[in-house]
Formats: sequence, structure tokens, C-alpha cells
Amino acid sequence: MQVAELVRSRELLANLTLRELRGRYKRSVLGWGWSLLNPLSSMIIYSLVFGFLLKVRFPDGSPSGLKAYGVSLLCGLLAWNFFSLTVGASMGSLIGNASLIKKAAFRREAVVLATVGAQLMTFLIEISLLSIVVLAFYRRMILPWLLLALVLVVLLVAFTTGIALIFSSLNVYFRDLQHLWTLTAQLLFYASPVVYPVKGYVDVKLRGSRMWLRWIYEANPIGAFIQSFRNLLYDFRMPPGGRLAYIVIISFVSLFGGLRVFARLDRRLAEEL
Amino acid sequence: MGQIAIAIDDVSKLFRLYHERNNYLKATVLRGRRARYEEFWALRDVSIDIIQGETFGIVGNNGSGKSTLLKCIAGILYPDKGRINVDGRMAALLELGAGFHPELSGRENVYLNGSILGMKRREIDAKIDEIVDFAGLATFIDTPVKNYSSGMYVRLGFSIAISVQPDVLLVDEVLAVGDQDFQRKCLDKVAALRDSGRTIVIVSHGLGQVRQMCDRVAWLDKGNLSAVGPSAEVIDTYAGAAFGTTADQVRGARLGSGEALIENVELCDEHGQPVTTVHTGESVLVRLHYVASHAIVQPVFGITLRRTDGDVIVSSPSTRDTPHVPSYIAGQGIVEMVVDRLPLLPGRYDLGVSLSDVGGRLFDERTHALPFEVAQGDPVEEGGLVTVHPRWKVHAPEGMV
Repeated sequence: MQVAELVRSRELLANLTLRELRGRYKRSVLGWGWSLLNPLSSMIIYSLVFGFLLKVRFPDGSPSGLKAYGVSLLCGLLAWNFFSLTVGASMGSLIGNASLIKKAAFRREAVVLATVGAQLMTFLIEISLLSIVVLAFYRRMILPWLLLALVLVVLLVAFTTGIALIFSSLNVYFRDLQHLWTLTAQLLFYASPVVYPVKGYVDVKLRGSRMWLRWIYEANPIGAFIQSFRNLLYDFRMPPGGRLAYIVIISFVSLFGGLRVFARLDRRLAEEL
Repeated sequence: MGQIAIAIDDVSKLFRLYHERNNYLKATVLRGRRARYEEFWALRDVSIDIIQGETFGIVGNNGSGKSTLLKCIAGILYPDKGRINVDGRMAALLELGAGFHPELSGRENVYLNGSILGMKRREIDAKIDEIVDFAGLATFIDTPVKNYSSGMYVRLGFSIAISVQPDVLLVDEVLAVGDQDFQRKCLDKVAALRDSGRTIVIVSHGLGQVRQMCDRVAWLDKGNLSAVGPSAEVIDTYAGAAFGTTADQVRGARLGSGEALIENVELCDEHGQPVTTVHTGESVLVRLHYVASHAIVQPVFGITLRRTDGDVIVSSPSTRDTPHVPSYIAGQGIVEMVVDRLPLLPGRYDLGVSLSDVGGRLFDERTHALPFEVAQGDPVEEGGLVTVHPRWKVHAPEGMV
């Protein structure tokens, strides 16, 4: 029922997303440029620190044959950015729309979903640009893999939406959750293979008697997403089936769990804001 | 009786009153529980059936739960017990322009706000000219709303909300917005909706307005339903209970030396019977009971009528009728001021009293001694504060009769 009503408010969703997008860059000189500057600058910084100074090396893409720290880094970084920026932004979304929530009746999930939608736009543009770079500079036929990556994007959106729904509504009741999230996000960033590969690093350190730590490491859903994106867009091959199954399951659990938690917390929302 | 438009069935709403507004995870973990709070019932077992096509008012003091009830009907708050069923499309005028984005243009906000109210894009496309026109914003519609005046803001907000053409319209005090002209347009629009058989629910402090517009009224008192019935009946009972026939309890500022006091103020009808509500054009009498512990030579009684916002309408001292006022007073006594035809239009007013002497020494003054309500009487005017009891004459030009 909740989902059906959300589908019915799709126009509201579209308008709220447009509001986010229009409002975000309306009065800035670079406009949309800002949304691309952020990953670009992080890519340069991480390439310098981890690629150049610390000599972290990603294995060559196989079978693609790509050899580029930057491309491999971006495969992980873009997915990570989408997840962490969306959850971060969604946490302020209900509080930011307090006056609306207290004065008008509508599906409040739409406010959170609009945040996801706005971030998704940025994410899609970034992935397109990455693909163009791979096509133009490395002359590799990335397009079929890009289509598969879009399926993965849908799953990542489902997963992220679920987490965003939970955190945004909980944040109304516990306002310091935002600080906790900043800490968690930092931890999660380094616990995911964004700036380093699993092969040759994690698998060397976590084996034998430390194998159980490896299991914990692999259980991180964001890590699973990042490795899969890297499989598709850097290696040009299918991710292992077990990992894909894990991703599908965890995405659905997150989305429907998030919707349920939100529906519960929604009942006192207008009073707590 | 027609169909039921809104069925409010045994609705209760529990609010939490936090002792310290401490919604932090850290504090919760440290104490093992969330902030301490008290619970109180904002609504308690309220059941009302609102019939299709009627205009229904909800009155009550501040904190009586009337806005809570409206928000429960609107679906903004969820009742803790009971059910509310609304038949048909609903629109709520709770805060005009809620959700406007300051950086977006008026036009973009119309689409945004329209979709919040549940309108489809095609519907808004068809109505946008009408919306802009009604708000009187044709030249500004592509300007960001942050540059709008507050008046323009609410005009656009009202315009969008009313264009939903709801079967059920919920109104919370908002009709008191904008300039006089726009208020009239709003009231006309609401009246047109009513005439076309829509159901309207109004929450208001303006008893005169509720009495004029509503067929039936519910009176809420501390979350309980005190009365439901024809509007005149319920409002009279409510006004009586809310204001009291006499103002023994002192409200507002009390000044003066206290050598003589005005102990009691009564508002009476032409027969001298105390009343709570008077009507425009009626004969009215204000009776003052005084006690002078010292003899006071050449006392001056004063009566001041104020609007509830404090603006003085008229201030009238007894010195203008010297032969009828004693040249000195001592002990207890009564003076009365008679108004032959009350010029006040429907609304709420405050009556202030004072006692001084011609030398200007002030013995007692109460600025808000008696709040009272004026209900519709004769004549009925289109708007404003007072009537001048006008008579219209027509002088036909030559050659026409």
C-alpha cells in the first residue's frame, strides 16, 4: 500500500527532486560544475597520496587490459560518493522540510526519495563522463558493461534508499545521529576498497587464522557494490555470482526494511519536528 | 441528513510534553532512556460526523485541541486511538505557501505546491492562468518568491490551495491574511465552494465569522467535545463559558491609587439583564459597581472600547453628562452608561474602565475589564469595525422615475 501510494505521488517526487536540483546550484557561479568538481578533486588527491606517494597499485583490468589507477579509483569512488552523500543529505531532509511536514499532508517518504533522486542525477552524469573518458582515452568498448552497470546502479539506489529512509527518520528523534554518521562514514570509507584493491592487499593480510576478519570485511555491502562496479567498468567481466546474489538480497532487505521503519517513525513525525 | 463527508470516530491523540528537549542519542544511551516527558491527551474520545455540504466550525480556547483535530483530519497527525474517514478529495489551508522554495520562481512553486496538494501536472497546466490571475501576480510570476512581499506570498499560496477544487476544505485561521480586498476575495471563493455543495471545516477564534459562515459548530474544551450543534446555540454557550457574565477576575493592567475601586463591570441588554453577547444596533448598557473608601469629589468614570489587538475605538468619560453623574461619591454605588444603538460590527472587543477625578488623579483603571462578543444584528455591513447606521437615498435625475 505504501509503495502504491508512493507510485501515485510520482509527480510530487519529480517536483521535489527538481526543487533540490534547481535550488542547489541556482545561485552559484559554476552551477552544475560544482557537482563534478568534488569527485574530480578527490580523485586527484587520492591519486597523489595513495597512487603516487604510497604506491598503491590496482591489478590490471582483466580481460580489459586497463592500467589506470584513476579509472579504477573512480569506479569505487563514484559509488561510494553516491551512497555517503545521499545518506548524509537525507538526514537533514526531513528537518529541512519541517514547516512543510507540519502543515501539509503528503507521503513524507517523497522528501527523502527526492534527495536520493537528486544525488542519482549527479551519479549518472559522473558515470557517463567516466565511460566517455574510458572510450576516448583508452579506446575500450565499455558500452555493454555500462548497461550492466546500470542494473547495479538500480540495486545501489534501492540499498541506499533503505538506509536513507531509516537514518533520516531516526535523525528526527535523535538529532546527534548526524555526528555519529560522519564518524561511521569515515570508518566505512576505509573499510571499503575505494582507494586500494582487495587483491594483493586485503587478501594478503586477512587469511589463515585471520580468515574470519576477511568474512566480516566481505560482508560490508558497500564494499560488495564497489568491487562489482570495478568488475564491470574496469575489468569488463561479470562479478562472481555469490556476490551478486548477496547484493540483490541486501538491497531488497534494506529497501523494504527502510520503508517499514519509516512508516513506523512517520506517525509522530509532525510532532517531533 | 445527507451523506457523511468526514467521520470522526472515537478519536484520541496523545501528546508528549518533554521536560527537557533532549533528543540526543548520547543522552539516551547515558540515561538508558529517552528524554523524560509527560503525556497528555490533546484529544479524548472525540466523535463527530460532518455531513456532506455543510460548513462546520470548530471553536475552543487555546490548547483545546481544535487545531490538533484539524491536523488529524488533514492526515498530518495520526490519532493514537480511533479512526477518521474522509470521503472525497481534501485540501487543507493550514499555512499558505508552506513548502515554497525561495530561490524558485512563482511559477515553479505553483507546480511544486500543486503537486504537494495532490494535483497532476496537466491539471495545473490548465489552471495556472487562473491561479496567477486570482493572486494578482501576473507580472511577478517568473520572479523568485524570495523577492515577494508577505502579502504576495500568501495570495499565491491561497490561490493554489483553492484551485484544488476539493470536496472537503479544511481552513485554519488563514482567512485572516492579506489586505482587506484579498480577504474579501478569499471569503467569496470559500462561499462559492460552499454554495456548490462542498464540505468546509473551519477552525477559528473569530466567533463572529464562525457564527456567520457555519451551519454547525463543535466546541472543544481541553480535548473533550463539549458541545455540537447549530452554530448560534453552541457559540453562545461557548462565549458564556469562556468570558463569564461578569468580569470578577481582573484581566490586563490594573492601575490607580485604589482609594476608590471599580469592583465589577457588567454588560447588559436594554432590560438591564447581564448578557455575554450583544448584537449590532441593539441598545446596550454598561453597569459599573464602585466602592469608594474615601469620599471623592467630582469623580470621572471612563469607558474605553478596544479591539482585541489593543487599538482604542472610542474612549468616553462621564464628564460629558455631568448632571447625571454624582458630584461626589462615597461607599458603594452603581453608574451606568447607555448606548442606544451599538455601532460595533460582529467580532471580539475589550471593554476598559477607569475612575479618576477632574483634577486628573487616577483611582482605578482596568484596561481589559470585560472582553465581549458582538454578533450580527442590524444593520449588516460588508466589512470594517463600526456601522454609521447609514440610510441610502436616491435622487433620480430629471426625466427619470
